[in-house]
Amino acid sequence: MQEPQRSGPLLQVTGLKRYFGSGHETSKHATIKAVEDVTFQLRAGETLGLVGESGCGKSTTGRMIVGLEQPTTGAIAFRGQDLSGLSAKEWRAKRRELQIVFQNPQSALDPRLSVRRQIREPLDLHRIGAPSEREAAVTELMEAVSLPHELGNRFPHEISGGQAQRVVIARALTLKPSLIVCDEPVSALDVSVQAKVVALLEELQARLGVSYLFISHDLRVVKMLSHRVAVMYLGQIVEEGLTDELYDEPLHPYTKALLSAIPDIAMALRRHDSRRIVLQGDPPSPAAPPAGCHFHTRCPFARERCRHEMPALRAIAGEGITHKARCHFAEELKVAS
Amino acid sequence: MAPILSVEGLSVGFLTDLGFRETVHEVSFSVERGKTLCIVGESGSGKSVVCQAILGILARNGRRTGGRVLFEGRDLCTFSEREMETIRGKGIGMVFQDPLGSLNPIHTVGRQLRETLILHTDLDERGRQRRAVELLRMVGIPEPERRLASYAHQFSGGMAQRVLIAMALACNPKLLIADEPTTALDVTIQAQILDLLNRLKTEIGMGILFITHDLGVVAEMADDVVVMRHGRQVEVGSIQDIFVRPQMAYTQELLASMPHLNRKAPIYRENA
Repeated sequence: MQEPQRSGPLLQVTGLKRYFGSGHETSKHATIKAVEDVTFQLRAGETLGLVGESGCGKSTTGRMIVGLEQPTTGAIAFRGQDLSGLSAKEWRAKRRELQIVFQNPQSALDPRLSVRRQIREPLDLHRIGAPSEREAAVTELMEAVSLPHELGNRFPHEISGGQAQRVVIARALTLKPSLIVCDEPVSALDVSVQAKVVALLEELQARLGVSYLFISHDLRVVKMLSHRVAVMYLGQIVEEGLTDELYDEPLHPYTKALLSAIPDIAMALRRHDSRRIVLQGDPPSPAAPPAGCHFHTRCPFARERCRHEMPALRAIAGEGITHKARCHFAEELKVAS
Repeated sequence: MAPILSVEGLSVGFLTDLGFRETVHEVSFSVERGKTLCIVGESGSGKSVVCQAILGILARNGRRTGGRVLFEGRDLCTFSEREMETIRGKGIGMVFQDPLGSLNPIHTVGRQLRETLILHTDLDERGRQRRAVELLRMVGIPEPERRLASYAHQFSGGMAQRVLIAMALACNPKLLIADEPTTALDVTIQAQILDLLNRLKTEIGMGILFITHDLGVVAEMADDVVVMRHGRQVEVGSIQDIFVRPQMAYTQELLASMPHLNRKAPIYRENA
């Protein structure tokens, strides 16, 4: 494995775009702009939460980073090396360092392989260590994710969803990656199991220094383990900041609405408190995003300028440089609220 | 005033490869007019089976093994299938988790709404058309006249769920049973649907039996709560009882495992 570079981020994504259905001039289908100009970075041992509603492009972004999807344009630099130009063979080698965990653990596992074989498979494929050492490594990994030894010979259908997600995480860790893209890893699990899997991810990060790009629609879960958070809407990052900063003082109207829409257990005690901003309508189609600011059709504060001019993602006066928002009027709205 | 729905000692079992097994054991609760009762529990706790047993739509290998389901004082368990057909839709409205899967893909939404009205009301054709438009307007669908001619695939998940709520409310039911109605929806859309249900509850004065796994949703919707686990009811109480003074260890654990927004996020340290 390469020595981590002391300077520069582990992952630097710049101007990433992914358009679907374009390229054929005769095609009648509209171009879907799934990801539009996404830029962010991730440091070693850091967790970046990528949140947004369905269709905002968060999963497509994650898939491009692990090479499951080709960017239309833009650069993905991992330890300073651009990944977008890699061949399939080069990608296979690179995947040791970049792993992904999906939402549905049962469908991510091979139904015909026992738990031990699933976890061992990456070692076999990459021919790492002698066969006897591989068995020892599997035992160690199972312990790391608190899977009981007896489960080793079971098959995916014989274990619970929470256990299956542990197997998937163990398998992702087999090759000692430095970055794991977690795409909704706990969304299919019950809350008590969710809490355990999140605690496991945090513990593994503290021990192994792995970075996570944590993709989720659930802002409550994201807050538990993300150092920083980026909010996406219609293919763009609309706000980015340190987690507490962003949750305590959201600058973009969409983030405000998203946060206030979370059903919170504190509401049991203060009912009839009309703090909620309920957005009207559905998100527009990414095939025909509105002109100007993409959010203006649902924004309660939209003005004339928002209809024509797309705002840039920028640092907001009076906030730290880490906190950015894509809104023309973020300063004014901050004073107003 | 008597409750609209009163479930007394309901037990349900299923015939499986291992023989007949009881999976829901002696569940009791009641839903009052204009109130919402939430059943909360993790997957496999039996919360959906309870609502299927109430509606008489258990899978073929399942049956009620004990208890009573009193709807407006009459025991639904003694009803014939034909009598139940008039109760479902007219007396009790239903909304399920997957809105797009609950609509028929080959008929327009208008036709499906009118079908409900044909079955349960004696409105004439013009009356049905008028009522269909009125219902879509009531659930906040823009341009209702035009949308009646649309098919399920032309609706987003949130809009399709509004259509299903409109269908459930077509005959002014006394009780609405909603089984995870917002689980498949995004949070901003979930907020819209929860607001809509709360508004309609007040307007129509119906009772709601709301099934969910999300304690956050319970906190926003419920007047009364039933906590279920492994087919048994662990705790029953008012919203304050459950959230402020939970008595049972399981309820306390469930509350503790909910991610809290007031918890501080981790802070990044170089070479941590």
